[in-house]
Amino acid sequence: MNTVLTVAGKEFRDDFRNRWTVALTILFALLALGIAWFGSAAAGRVGFTSFDATLASLTTLGAFVIPLIGLLIAYDAIVGERDDGTLLLMLSYPLSRGQLVAGKFLGHCGALAAATLAGFGLAVAIMQWMQPPAQTLQAWLHIGRFILSASLLGACFVGLACLISVQTADKSRAAGLALIGWLASVVLFDLALLALLVVSGGNPVERAVYPYLLLLNPVDVFRLVNLTALGDGAGNDLLTGMTAHHGYPPLLLGLVMLTWAVLPFAWALFAFRRKEV
Amino acid sequence: MNHAIEFEALAKRYGALAALDGISACVPRGRVIGLLGHNGAGKSTLIKLILGLIAPSDGRLEVLGQSPWRAHALRRRIGYLPENATFYASLSGRELLDYLARLKQAPRGQVAALLERVGLAHAADRRIGTYSKGMRQRLGLAQALLGSPELVLLDEPTTGLDPQASRELYRIVGELRADGRSVLLSSHLLAELEPHIDGALILRQGRLLAAGSLDALGEQAALPARLLLRPREDAASGLLVRLDARGLPALLRPDGLLELQVPRAGKLPVLRELLADPAVADLDVREPTLAQLYDWLGAGQHSMAEACA
Repeated sequence: MNTVLTVAGKEFRDDFRNRWTVALTILFALLALGIAWFGSAAAGRVGFTSFDATLASLTTLGAFVIPLIGLLIAYDAIVGERDDGTLLLMLSYPLSRGQLVAGKFLGHCGALAAATLAGFGLAVAIMQWMQPPAQTLQAWLHIGRFILSASLLGACFVGLACLISVQTADKSRAAGLALIGWLASVVLFDLALLALLVVSGGNPVERAVYPYLLLLNPVDVFRLVNLTALGDGAGNDLLTGMTAHHGYPPLLLGLVMLTWAVLPFAWALFAFRRKEV
Repeated sequence: MNHAIEFEALAKRYGALAALDGISACVPRGRVIGLLGHNGAGKSTLIKLILGLIAPSDGRLEVLGQSPWRAHALRRRIGYLPENATFYASLSGRELLDYLARLKQAPRGQVAALLERVGLAHAADRRIGTYSKGMRQRLGLAQALLGSPELVLLDEPTTGLDPQASRELYRIVGELRADGRSVLLSSHLLAELEPHIDGALILRQGRLLAAGSLDALGEQAALPARLLLRPREDAASGLLVRLDARGLPALLRPDGLLELQVPRAGKLPVLRELLADPAVADLDVREPTLAQLYDWLGAGQHSMAEACA
């Protein structure tokens, strides 16, 4: 475990050194503040709105941005070392391949989680300071849930990036696959579900299956975790409308997200053990 | 346990290709052994097997008394300098060694001493990205020595080093030997390597052509010594004729020297004779070099695989 933490610590510091973490913190803070300030512009006014309304928009945006960042931050974790010629050196040290991948996964997840916490935390602090709205305990819970689920969503895609990184022969191919992975999970998966919905005309079997199909994509699970908690009128009417009659126990959603964070990572571990170096 | 590395009928196959084809030899402890061979001879495969990064397809391999395949803890006792060593460009030399020392559970106090030892103390806090090739190679040597390993594997360690830096590197290799550590040094710079190694493993196309001490190998190959003669003025043609009559055909080189080859066994009588010859102004003896041995081995189907390097 010590070895894993040593590797993780190095990756975490590298992400700081490469300005990834700082850039993401600023990006998250600006996104949150921008949405909070201009979120009700359509209604003819600007200024900080309620946390809940802001969170709903942030969820939609985060579902696009966070997977991309998770993939970008880690797609070269292993293949990059192979390209740079440092992989053989690392493997000549007393650590297993599993420890190397695990360290990289944890380090990047940590950096992403730190940026999420710092960025959105900063935004919340600024909103509180400039125009303190009356916050309920519920609202704070929603913020906490959002930050936690955003970090988990990031971990899902860092895991996927590790898998891509282990399985590809060079960095450019890994980058290409990472983009395809992003497009597939963020855009194509939902499009396919919509197409299914339209084609089948909403028959009862499909209506029963549909809520479970959503669980196959961590991006949709992330939306469900946050939007179903925020309730009606929170923004994403399509999603909440389609799943309105289906109650998702929060614990189940949490477990599904955790599974999606662990599964690609575990596959990466398995695949890397069998790779020739 | 007398051997740092020992292998028997060791084979590594990738599909139909045999990277190593059933080789047997050993590297005694406390010796510096050269691992020689062209590209594709199987040197890198052997090093990866010794490091336990790949599994043998067949045969037996023991490194420091145990099988290295996936023996992570064993690697704490081995130092390795990869060919064309590259490191994380954004770290400083000191940060890299600190990180690697933690991975190897080596005393952190070693870092500063090693940087000093390889002559990088002045650049320890600079980014590795700003290092020259020679500096990176020296940093590579420093990391290979972390944790005072019993066995040090150096893959083409002098590539990109200037002569001064190469001498420094071989000085450190000498210190390692004096300290009782075993060193396996892969290189294709035979002439440069020769004075610094006790023995050699010579590979070609996955087969072991020769293994043993340099003396024993030279003895076995019975390669002739080369004599270079500087004839007195206008005496060259007469000397050529006399040597020819004596059964020692010589070659007149463009620089005016006569070159002839003398069997190892008959070297001394010929030398005595030539020293007494008034036509000879100067004489130089060139013992067979490792390079010649290598060429000789490469030219025919000779094989001199002994039990031990």
